[in-house]
Amino acid sequence: MMRHYDVLVIGGGNAALCAAISARRSGASVLVLEAAPKFYRGGNTRHTRNMRCAHDTATEILTGPYTEAEFWDDLLRVTGGQTDEELARFMIHESKEILHWIVQQGVRWQPSLGGTLSLGRTNSFFLGGGRAMLNALYRTAEDLGVDVLYDAEVVDLDIQGGKFQSATVAYGGQRHQVHASSLVAAAGGFEANIAWLKQYWGDIAENFLIRGTPYNRGSVLKMLLDKGVQEIGDPTQCHAVAIDARAPKFDGGIITRLDCVVFGIVVNKNAERFYDEGEDIWPKRYAIWGRLVAAQPDQIAYIIFDGPSLELFMPSLYPPLKADSIGELADKLGLDPQALETTVATFNQAVRPGTFDHTILDDCRTEGLTPAKTHWAKRIGTAPFYAYPVRPGITFTYLGTRVNKEARMLMADGSPSANMFAAGEIMAGNVLGKGYAAGIGMTIGSVFGRIAGREAAKNARD
Amino acid sequence: MHATEALKEADRLMTVCNSCRYCEGLCAVFPAMEMRRAFSDGDLNYLANLCHSCGACYTDCQFSPPHEFNVNVPQTLAKVRNDSYKVYVWPRALAPLFERNGLAISLIAALSVGTFFFGLMAINDPAVMFGVQTGPGAFYRIMSHNAMAGVFGAAFFYAIAALIMGFRMFWRDIGETRETLTSGISVWQAMKDTMALRYLDGGGPGCFNEGERPNDRRRLYHHLTFYGFFLCLGATSTATLYHYLLGLEAPYPWYDLPVVLGTLGGIGLVIGPAGLMRAKFKRDPALRDENGRGMEMAFIVMLFLVSLTGLMLLVLRATPAMGTMLALHMGFVFGFFITMPYGKFVHGIYRFGALVRYAKERRALHEPTPSKAKALGIPGAKAGA
Repeated sequence: MMRHYDVLVIGGGNAALCAAISARRSGASVLVLEAAPKFYRGGNTRHTRNMRCAHDTATEILTGPYTEAEFWDDLLRVTGGQTDEELARFMIHESKEILHWIVQQGVRWQPSLGGTLSLGRTNSFFLGGGRAMLNALYRTAEDLGVDVLYDAEVVDLDIQGGKFQSATVAYGGQRHQVHASSLVAAAGGFEANIAWLKQYWGDIAENFLIRGTPYNRGSVLKMLLDKGVQEIGDPTQCHAVAIDARAPKFDGGIITRLDCVVFGIVVNKNAERFYDEGEDIWPKRYAIWGRLVAAQPDQIAYIIFDGPSLELFMPSLYPPLKADSIGELADKLGLDPQALETTVATFNQAVRPGTFDHTILDDCRTEGLTPAKTHWAKRIGTAPFYAYPVRPGITFTYLGTRVNKEARMLMADGSPSANMFAAGEIMAGNVLGKGYAAGIGMTIGSVFGRIAGREAAKNARD
Repeated sequence: MHATEALKEADRLMTVCNSCRYCEGLCAVFPAMEMRRAFSDGDLNYLANLCHSCGACYTDCQFSPPHEFNVNVPQTLAKVRNDSYKVYVWPRALAPLFERNGLAISLIAALSVGTFFFGLMAINDPAVMFGVQTGPGAFYRIMSHNAMAGVFGAAFFYAIAALIMGFRMFWRDIGETRETLTSGISVWQAMKDTMALRYLDGGGPGCFNEGERPNDRRRLYHHLTFYGFFLCLGATSTATLYHYLLGLEAPYPWYDLPVVLGTLGGIGLVIGPAGLMRAKFKRDPALRDENGRGMEMAFIVMLFLVSLTGLMLLVLRATPAMGTMLALHMGFVFGFFITMPYGKFVHGIYRFGALVRYAKERRALHEPTPSKAKALGIPGAKAGA
């Protein structure tokens, strides 16, 4: 382990493995240090399911073309322009090739089911999900002769004048020095580091649930920023959605999500509505409710709906709470029954007739109600009544290291590092200043991972 | 709510999986699950018998143990599947045979072998039993053709009757109707899926029998076993037709159809079970239902011994060992026939039924698959992370 490597990769997810594989294929000796135990290897890649890549024509798995221009428009819209355009356009261009490169690394796309094209136009889905994808990358990396260590946490980095010298690793109860010619940092963000989140959010961060891996504590990111790497992205921001409040503190993954806000109303612990539940179509509404709930007392809210809506959305992991009356439902939720009855009655009176269609911005709305429900407003009047408790679920953070098109880190003074590269969530903020669109995280990881590995190998040779 | 702990756990898992659906491209189980929102015992028994135990969903799952959600679909469905055989058995009184199946099958096999051997010794002159018999009718000097046909015909038809009764119980339990079985399209689809073992490939990469690295060996050995079995059945059937229609008496020359079919089938039925046995020993313990081990082993060993003794009988039929080999082979075949409805053999019957139902459901599903629904922006579709 302690021999000198050409390339040291810190992290073990999609970006790290793409970097390791591409560095190895470029002839470099590679060591991957994954801080998590083997089962939890791969950070949040375990919880992903698809990747967004540009392509000019329909394929066996994609129903139609998704041009670079359209991808750029989508990215511009979700980030509100908070993106490095040159880098983003470069990534989008590279994503075309990644669609095929990733298959050459053993990853399988989900074929269309039942012989019909069924997987959407923009995103390719991994057969068996993100962990299956990750397993394929590990098999390939091992076959190529990449060395991998689990439970190997990097606790210190020796960086002199923008040049990586060595890393200190806690492994097997001891500390080791690892020397390498190039470094690829692909160790994720800091969303699982509650203490760090509290710096920006205060004590309310204690009530956040972390959707992904408990191992993204941001220690590598912090070391790099402390040692002179330029930061990018808003440190105070994180991507949050409303998830089931009964979910585990960490690693609940995709299955704790709930998307039934549109079918009812959302109240806080005082049984008051606080935002327009009919404001926008999925997925935009999906991405705002985490932040909205974080701003409510005790960071908890309740989605209230009635019987006819129960089967209109994906089955949930935890069953909804159920009662024959609104008052009884309030009791079960620990809310003031009278307050909830008043809120529901007031809402029902404000609902105007319309034609309900939750796939479009329909004409079902309230009148004279604050806040209004501007679409999909239906009376909540048919027992049984249901509720899901929700809390903010943190997906990822935006703070990262600044990089250029070689995935090479830039130092605080703007100069490129001699031998340090970054890929994945640790540099996603370059492309994704805010917002999110499904599958972009994996695109960032694979594209910049592949480039970082190749460049790091080249760097080690020179 | 549910009859057993295994069914309760299967219900919990299907609820977890139904809120995830990452595995829908791997096999038939998950799409069939997606057609439901609640799971009765019958539903779970159907899903369990649809599962081929390829292990892909376990290796691919982000929530498999040690995760607190503790999702282990192959093992749980194996338990449910093995329990279901007991529920459907006919007559009900013989359900305990599934309890310690390995032991039961071994005892029955040993008993029938012993009975044939000592029975034939008792009725035959030692000079006949341990002498050299050749020419047409050589076997029937040991045991008359009519006696043979009577004994094996009865055993075989008893097995068929018991299997049919078991299947009826299964069909009723999962809530299926007679009409489904008369649908040529569904049955043909199920036959194709069975003959190719379509769902034993983990969605493409292969079976994850040994853990992280998939391969297709289990499918290969199962094919050898499956086709070997049917070739042997074909050999017996052609020999019967030769006897009654053409008046040709066994033994037949090595190049004649019954012998060719029997030899090829026998070879497949020796290599196949040996390979499946090896795969069992190498199987990741996490995927196994420990209580099903005896049953699986007994069935595999039984198939192996039936074909091995058959091949030895062919090789030694012109030597003094023929009488002994014939007794051994007939003993194992008889034991195999009468235990068919009370062991692992039934897995094929129920799985075929489950595949017929799945073929019907897939066709009836006019709405697009969840992922297609998402692509088209249809309500209730799933979302990616």
